[in-house]
Amino acid sequence: MATQTEGRRTTDAPAPKSSGKPEVPRWRRKLRPYLLSVPAVLIVIGILYPFFVGAWYSFLNYAAVNPNPVFVGFANYVSVLGDAQFWSSVRVTGTFAVVATLVETVIGVIIALLLNRSSIVGRIFEKVLILPLMIAPVIAAVVWKLMFNPQFGVLNHVLGLGNTFDWLSSQNALFSVILVDLWIFTPFVAILVLAGIRSLPKEPFEASEVDGASWFYMFRRLMLPMLWPYILVAVIFRFMDNLKFFDVPWVLTAGGPGVATRSLQIGAFEDSIINLDYSRGSTYMFLLWILVFITARFLVSVLGKAQRRAAGAEN
Amino acid sequence: MAKELLPGQRRFTPASIAADVVLLVWFVFSLFPIVWMVLLALKTDAEQTSTYFSFSPTFENFGTVLSQRGTDLTSVDFTSSLLTSLINCGGAVIVSLVIGIPAAYAAGRWQYRGSNDLMFQMLSFRFAPELMVIVPLFVIYNQIGLFDTKVGMVWVLQLVTMPLVVWILRSYFQDLPEDLEQAALLDGYTRIRAFVMVALPLVRPGIAAAALLAFIFAWNNYVFPLILSDSNASTVTVAITKYLGGGGQAYYNLTAAAAVIAALPPLILALTIQRYLVRGLSFGAVKS
Repeated sequence: MATQTEGRRTTDAPAPKSSGKPEVPRWRRKLRPYLLSVPAVLIVIGILYPFFVGAWYSFLNYAAVNPNPVFVGFANYVSVLGDAQFWSSVRVTGTFAVVATLVETVIGVIIALLLNRSSIVGRIFEKVLILPLMIAPVIAAVVWKLMFNPQFGVLNHVLGLGNTFDWLSSQNALFSVILVDLWIFTPFVAILVLAGIRSLPKEPFEASEVDGASWFYMFRRLMLPMLWPYILVAVIFRFMDNLKFFDVPWVLTAGGPGVATRSLQIGAFEDSIINLDYSRGSTYMFLLWILVFITARFLVSVLGKAQRRAAGAEN
Repeated sequence: MAKELLPGQRRFTPASIAADVVLLVWFVFSLFPIVWMVLLALKTDAEQTSTYFSFSPTFENFGTVLSQRGTDLTSVDFTSSLLTSLINCGGAVIVSLVIGIPAAYAAGRWQYRGSNDLMFQMLSFRFAPELMVIVPLFVIYNQIGLFDTKVGMVWVLQLVTMPLVVWILRSYFQDLPEDLEQAALLDGYTRIRAFVMVALPLVRPGIAAAALLAFIFAWNNYVFPLILSDSNASTVTVAITKYLGGGGQAYYNLTAAAAVIAALPPLILALTIQRYLVRGLSFGAVKS
């Protein structure tokens, strides 16, 4: 596709040198960005197709055992929404997303603030901060699973918990999954916020320092408002990812024990890939997608407002 | 930003020491699993269930993992999944660069009807739950014979890498003053030559960073190969979980060795592009 596009572009006549703007025919100038985007548009269409197919599945009774599906209207939605297991998945997903995002954000911002001071520890630490983030979540989950083992795992040994404490029991499993998630992704928040801190203008801080403002006052009235857009970008990325978390809980607990860590993604995976009930899995996913879509819209609008306000604060 | 510790100032105040202690705690928490992974990978079968830090290290596990010798569990073909990962991710990155760079240029240079919709559609790939498309793709792939093929894997890994490439590079192209290309146009360059000869070389660091980061993202992906491949196109992330799946008998040391091998490429790449990571990870939303 790309070569075709470029082939088209080379036929442009050399630009006349008289005016500031090259006088390529108007229609061709108008067409140019579209031609460049054609392959990307095709990819987008190529992925919208399975998306709509998936949405369509949720209105059928399609499963591997039932290869000739018929349209059943909202029957899947009625059955899923009336199912206690679905609501338990919603609760797991919601708890995980809110708690993990919150903790990652708070710790991430603190680390960023601490790293901003130019101490020796900070300089060394900055180099290795991102290492957990760059290891595949599934590898991190595998390593943590080894460490969580009650008998042979190193965690109980190091923390002096004996060999009875079970990190992945039904009471502890969700907490442990959150722990691994925050181990992996807190650095993400930290480096984004740190980049934000370093891009802030110096003048307002110097001015208020001259005025004798306290550190806390400067932090609350100057830094936080200006930093807010950066924090929000991190929150958006983390919250969206946490809503659809899969790798870590799947490897650590496979959704268990019982349904303790059975998120919406894991529920959909169990239904559609393990039980081969494509329609039920798709119904789960479509409901999760709606949740993600609404949340994304909301958070992006909040971000827009924060950016405008921060722009005001800087002036 | 007012720095509390400017050069020449007193370095050790109670506050700065407290801050360093907090950082150190996180530092230990952050590095411990990685250190433990490496230690475990160096232990023998007899030592693998011990939780001690002193032992006589052996590199045998790496050999076992890579040569698939030994027990039933190590019949996991790790070497071939390493190769598959390389091919899948390399393929995905190349395709996303070829397709993504022109789109990023178009989106960075011009506002045209639908450009914002297109960009947000791509961003939504990043945020949409993967299974929403994988379930239908699983059915479709089985029907058209793309299931468990490398071509099929490259095509779905696009969903991970292309939005990244387009969004990062768009922000690089936006930062590039258009005057440079205008000047080239005045010199009689065609638009395509101005793009290839002027704009493209200037964003080369951005392209390299985007490509490497895309590679890391593709390498670290788990859901796509888990569902859409079996043995031919399966990657290291899937292979590694198979070490855990043995009935009864555990191979902690082999699991850890496989984990070290699988984690190395992304770690090395990440350290080489550390300067560009922030912009990449935030899709160009945060510049540094």
